Amino acid sequence: MAASAVKGQEYETSLSQASTSIADFEDHRTGLVYRAQNLLHQTPSLVPLIVLVVSVLVFGALLGAKFFSPFALTLILQQVQIVGILAAAQSLVILTAGIDLSVGAIMVLSSVVMGQFAFRYGLPPALAIACGLGVGTFCGFVNGFLVAKVKLPPFIVTLGMWQIVLATNFLYSANETIRAQEIEAGAPLLHFFGTKFTIGGAVFTVGVVFMVVLVFVLAYALRHTAWGRHVYAVGDDKEAAELSGVRTDRVLISVYMLSGLICAFAGWALIGRIGSVSPTSGQLGNIESITAVVIGGISLFGGRGSIIGSLFGALIVGVFTLGLRLLGADAQWTYLLIGMLIIAAVAVDQWIRKVSV
Amino acid sequence: MKPVLQARNLVKRYGRVTALDHCDFELFPGEILAVIGDNGAGKSTLIKAISGAVVPDEGEVWLEGRQVHFASPLAAREHGIETVYQQLAMSPALSIIDNMFMGRELRKPGIMGRLFRQLDRAEMERFAREKLNDLGLTTIQNIRQVVETLSGGQRQGVAVARAAAFGSKVIILDEPTAALGVKESRKVLELIQDVKSRGIPIVLISHNMPHVFEVADRIHVHRLGKRLCVINPGEHSMSDAVALMTGAMQPGQSQAA
Repeated sequence: MAASAVKGQEYETSLSQASTSIADFEDHRTGLVYRAQNLLHQTPSLVPLIVLVVSVLVFGALLGAKFFSPFALTLILQQVQIVGILAAAQSLVILTAGIDLSVGAIMVLSSVVMGQFAFRYGLPPALAIACGLGVGTFCGFVNGFLVAKVKLPPFIVTLGMWQIVLATNFLYSANETIRAQEIEAGAPLLHFFGTKFTIGGAVFTVGVVFMVVLVFVLAYALRHTAWGRHVYAVGDDKEAAELSGVRTDRVLISVYMLSGLICAFAGWALIGRIGSVSPTSGQLGNIESITAVVIGGISLFGGRGSIIGSLFGALIVGVFTLGLRLLGADAQWTYLLIGMLIIAAVAVDQWIRKVSV
Repeated sequence: MKPVLQARNLVKRYGRVTALDHCDFELFPGEILAVIGDNGAGKSTLIKAISGAVVPDEGEVWLEGRQVHFASPLAAREHGIETVYQQLAMSPALSIIDNMFMGRELRKPGIMGRLFRQLDRAEMERFAREKLNDLGLTTIQNIRQVVETLSGGQRQGVAVARAAAFGSKVIILDEPTAALGVKESRKVLELIQDVKSRGIPIVLISHNMPHVFEVADRIHVHRLGKRLCVINPGEHSMSDAVALMTGAMQPGQSQAA
């Protein structure tokens, strides 16, 4: 028997004549639809980019110079900067197959801490801002710790944190707003992100520049560093990533902490945008950021999508909001169209995935 | 001769299920040790315990005469133990290169690597291509393609190539030929011999008796969470091995006919 085991593979003898040429298939599915599907599969942010360009063109055609001016187009950038920054944070978390419902709350708490530390305790503005950034990062750390170490579902963890952080924000601030004039006089650094500069008719703010730079830096980190590849791997299949030697706990905690830090920066930008420190602002940040991410083509199941897409997603929402307002339509039309876009975006996501299976 | 990798008295319980029941294990230098056993005998748990994927409740693991405690697969890998798991441990949405280098990416030399931590894609690609060519994985059309577009056999090939490329002390293969065609199985078996000739011992878990008897130097028969016996494939038949692992025969006994 043992001897027969050794020569037991006689059926394999023909292998010596097996073809050694590299497999080469002629792809007969060369239809336009198939090629489009393939292209979209490789560059997932192309869909939101196309939607963005088309919507700008359509509103431009309908409204003419009123919409198609440097002023109006950069106004959109200013209006979406907060959501755009939050969407960057949200994208990171969603790429790990998580979700962060607390982004808006962390943003507001961070901005309140920056304001109150500067005015209630008289700290130098730079230090107060550092404290605000620290508070945001800490909130993110708690989220990350509960998700990675205690292994609670991200939805539950951040649902709880949303309430906790928001309540803390109201209790701590005593629902008190710090007015813009006070900030301007006492701590103008808090308004830094609102600093405006004009190029031609286009008006930019530091916050807008920050949003764009942030997205590109994160896009670089996600694509070209080991950490970025690990973020995708964790979102794709956490157990496989763990077995391949990725420290998934660390990756998750780092992602939630970074998300918290970015939210705190959004809080700083929020002060620049609205002028005052208000504990009641930015309440819808979580939903708006998830909307931008989903329209931007990032899969809610994790591991797929590009962060540039969420910037496009935020801009699409901004274009619809401003375009419809300039057309004089009821604001509800915006929500209706955004709702349809969300569903369409997920449907397209599912369709694109079919290319691989 | 001293074992390279040794385990003593390993115990692992999952709730009320005992997967490992005071199990011993020895792997000697330069050998191919096959581990066989029925489904649910605890083979996979044994492998996970010595590769760091699970931490045993009791018992010791020794590598090259020193006791080691692996808290994670990464810790085992840092000690030169590479494992190809049955479920392959790959991220489907990432490329072959990303998967081969997962957790040990190469960074560019100079400031781009140090300060901006940029990955050295060109070097990683060169290395991966070389390793896949060694394995004869010629049916992979594009090394940058994502793993989900590969067939089961190709994925297995990539996983084995990854282990062979990085394993320095021990390579563990959990069912490496289970999903493969005839030609790919042959390639993997050749690769196993090739790795052995480089002096690296291999642990091979398999249900495929012809493959086991072809390549193994010794066969560890696992039954009911522990090592039942170790047999020499030259002295026992495949039906002996099956009889032992299913409990139809006791060790020491020889089956008639």
